[in-house]
Amino acid sequence: MNTLTVSVVTPDGPVLEDSFEMVSCKAESGELGILPGHIPLVAPLSISAVRLKGESPQRIAVSGGFLEVRPDKVTILAQSAERPDDIDIERARAAKERAERRLQAKQDEIDFRRAELALKRALNRIDVVENR
Amino acid sequence: MASLRDIKTRINSTQKTKQITKAMHMVSASKLSKAEEFAKAFDPYSDKIKEVVNSIAGSGQDAEHPMLQTREVKKTAYFVITADRGLAGAFNSGILREVYRTIQEKHQSKDEYAVIAVGRMGRDFFRKRDIPVLKEITGLSDQPNFADIKDLTSETVQLFIDEEIDELVIFYNHFVSAISQKVTSKKLLPLTDLQEESSGTKSAYEYEPNQQEILDVLLPQYAESLIFGALLDSKASEHASRMTAMKSATDNADELIDDLSLQYNRARQAAITQEITEIVGGAAALE
Repeated sequence: MNTLTVSVVTPDGPVLEDSFEMVSCKAESGELGILPGHIPLVAPLSISAVRLKGESPQRIAVSGGFLEVRPDKVTILAQSAERPDDIDIERARAAKERAERRLQAKQDEIDFRRAELALKRALNRIDVVENR
Repeated sequence: MASLRDIKTRINSTQKTKQITKAMHMVSASKLSKAEEFAKAFDPYSDKIKEVVNSIAGSGQDAEHPMLQTREVKKTAYFVITADRGLAGAFNSGILREVYRTIQEKHQSKDEYAVIAVGRMGRDFFRKRDIPVLKEITGLSDQPNFADIKDLTSETVQLFIDEEIDELVIFYNHFVSAISQKVTSKKLLPLTDLQEESSGTKSAYEYEPNQQEILDVLLPQYAESLIFGALLDSKASEHASRMTAMKSATDNADELIDDLSLQYNRARQAAITQEITEIVGGAAALE
């Protein structure tokens, strides 16, 4: 079975570097599945879970991320990326509630947008932990 | 000549100061090694994002983005990174002097510039001199995470996109080595220094959905990563600079203690000699 080297890097350091058989993720324009031998590609990722399939499947919660594909290597550049074990679920839940409260309250556009993003990030983290 | 007790007191107090500076020296040394590690951990991210940005910017002339374009400069923002605390030698003063000089030289009116201050020393400096501070952040930890600074960086980049500022210049201490840090200024925005490297190894990417939208997301991220990189660099410099300052303070204390001990011994000897002379004199008077 062909494999891809996947590395996930964030400003705080590399999160993961390993080989997998397939990367499937949600780009801004829709779902993407990457197999070995893919043509070079760059795509922005939405706040979502990246699913790495192979002998030891992984799910990683990314936000503010990018996907760079080369035929034998996939690099994910993200402002934050966490494995399920590294996620503080209590904090994510608290963030979710906070964001929901903010969305309820009437506020100007920027705050609304921020709360929306915060909610997305929190939901994504919770989702990754619960469906690991 | 100072009395024996005065000298003793001075020796003691110097000794105590020395203990403190020595402890600070060692704390800074360990923080420095950690800061270097952090800066190293950031390298793969910055290298990669730079590579992708360069290859996109260099791939075609049709890649246009407000962040890449130089426009008429009506307002310049200075992003100044200082420490929260002093006792770090010329770390803060060097950078603030440089910024202040630049502002004095380049601008006539207050509308033409503003400062974004990281660190208490910088913020207080500009406030005292009535220089407009657009944004500020203080109390950053010694090993900042990207999340700590993210709000500030994205707001800063947004200011540029909204055309509230037309130029962003960053001032920070670049970490050269543990004993040398250099005040560095860099023009961050607009992004003009993207090299259009024409090496054959450059891979031609497919863009999903298209180049423009990728630039919209990628360039702000790139600018933010540059700011974060400068911050990590500055943190390493801060610890290095504090370490050197505390080292020389400890050395000075040692020297001072040596001098004082010599003085103390002389004074003690003088006192003994005087006592003997007095006794001998007294005995001679009796005969």
